[in-house]
Amino acid sequence: MTDVFFYIFATAALAGALGVVFSRNTVSGAMCLIGTFLSMASLFVLLEAYFLAVIQVLVYAGAVMVLFLFIIMLLDVKETAAKKASIYTWAASLIGFGILITGVFAISAAVSIKNKAPTMPEASGTSLKAFGYELFTTYLLPMQVTGFLLLIAMIGVIVLSKKVNTE
Amino acid sequence: MDVNPVILKFVYAATVVSVIMGLCSYAVLAERKISSWIQGRVGPNRTSLPLIGGIPLIGKFLTRLGIYQPVPDGLKFLFKEDVVPAHVNKFYFIMAPVIALVPALTTVVVVPFGRFVTEAGEVIPLVLANVNVGLLFLFAISSLGVYGVVLAGWSSNSKYPFLGGIRASAQMISYELAMGVSVLPILIWVNAPGREGTLNLFDIAQAQSGFWFAMWMPVSAIIFLVCLFAETNRLPFDMAESETELVSGFHTEYSSFKFGLFFVGEYAHMVVGSCVFTLLFLGGWNPMPFVTLEALGFGEGILGAILSVGIFSGKMCGMMFFFMWIRWTLPRFRYDQVMKLGWKILLPLSIANLVVYTIFIFYLDTKL
Repeated sequence: MTDVFFYIFATAALAGALGVVFSRNTVSGAMCLIGTFLSMASLFVLLEAYFLAVIQVLVYAGAVMVLFLFIIMLLDVKETAAKKASIYTWAASLIGFGILITGVFAISAAVSIKNKAPTMPEASGTSLKAFGYELFTTYLLPMQVTGFLLLIAMIGVIVLSKKVNTE
Repeated sequence: MDVNPVILKFVYAATVVSVIMGLCSYAVLAERKISSWIQGRVGPNRTSLPLIGGIPLIGKFLTRLGIYQPVPDGLKFLFKEDVVPAHVNKFYFIMAPVIALVPALTTVVVVPFGRFVTEAGEVIPLVLANVNVGLLFLFAISSLGVYGVVLAGWSSNSKYPFLGGIRASAQMISYELAMGVSVLPILIWVNAPGREGTLNLFDIAQAQSGFWFAMWMPVSAIIFLVCLFAETNRLPFDMAESETELVSGFHTEYSSFKFGLFFVGEYAHMVVGSCVFTLLFLGGWNPMPFVTLEALGFGEGILGAILSVGIFSGKMCGMMFFFMWIRWTLPRFRYDQVMKLGWKILLPLSIANLVVYTIFIFYLDTKL
């Protein structure tokens, strides 16, 4: 049962991702991205990481993508015609694809992936309270660093969007 | 008799969804009746079914109450001409009403509506899916409902619906923040050290056997209520519709059954919103503050379960009445006032509220 669901949602996620890349219409692209996020959330549910799944929907599908759509609609982006890619684009995409393929092979060839764990590891995300404690004790530094990065991004946006008075 | 659990779940889900749909149709009737009372009118009082309407006394009485009105209201949506304008984006135009309704009906899954106490004293929640992250799940799924409104506005490809859709998305983002922050004090209290950590709506309702949260967290309750009005797009926050400026906003181009889906979606959101407010702030199925059903001697068995469902539905209907009362009492806000209220008043207030209650709960837990 779980396997069937995995294949369904994995296919949906990939199809959505392809849709984002190939759709000419920006709104369709955004909707495909939402579909991908929802399928990813379903995959998290299959991994029993319920909290992560819900947060994925709440933050990405529910808030970030609404903002995306808002911007797309405000700018009124028209459907774009197919553009001829330059030689640099081709080169960059080929190199990127090569790196991706190498990464996939390297990960799937790793020993730890081939050996199935004897028991399901106790996920700290199963109990929400445990999750919170872990976040604020064991993983305090990474969390603070992430928060700081977000703060920098926020200040960057304010600096960039604010018109500088030259006089 | 052994029934396949998957089929059983389907049956339960279909039952709950049909109950919600029935509630929606009667909420429409209630809305029409309450508006007429407030405006000194009579309201729907003519519709009658051939046989039942003919029963002396009772039949006439029910007709005057408008009990049968939801039937023609529903049929009207089905039989009117379904116009799809030529200038719309067909795919999203047809998808939008569905996207608006589905999240509203999905959230019902995690809403508990009563409890059943076995002979052994075990408390079983009456809910479709008793998930640990219930409250977050509810917020997450209901936030997807805005796509229906936004897509309807965009795909209609005309100016007024478009403005309605844009307003809806801006309003949704603004009020979701304050809404999320306003319930945090409750979650901190329910998850305080020494208690079992949970975001489960059932446990939150069960935790209100003493004070109801609306009583000792009134600021949270008020912020949550205002945000609820904004999230359900109800007047005075129906910026997406605002028929005085935008014709009728995002559903201007919709007719017949597609319009009906938006209509039902709005009421379904309202039903779920009322349920959630009852669970979070009004003590769920506890009849009175400091009085539980167990204390009254109705704890165990079927009777206790029915009573708990009855009390819960009573409170929910009270909340629905409040929604309608407000709609026919207050005038609509201006768009800039809505934004100002969200960002400059409710959000800072909810953050201050959170800080105060965090310190207070910390004090309660350590010093007492």
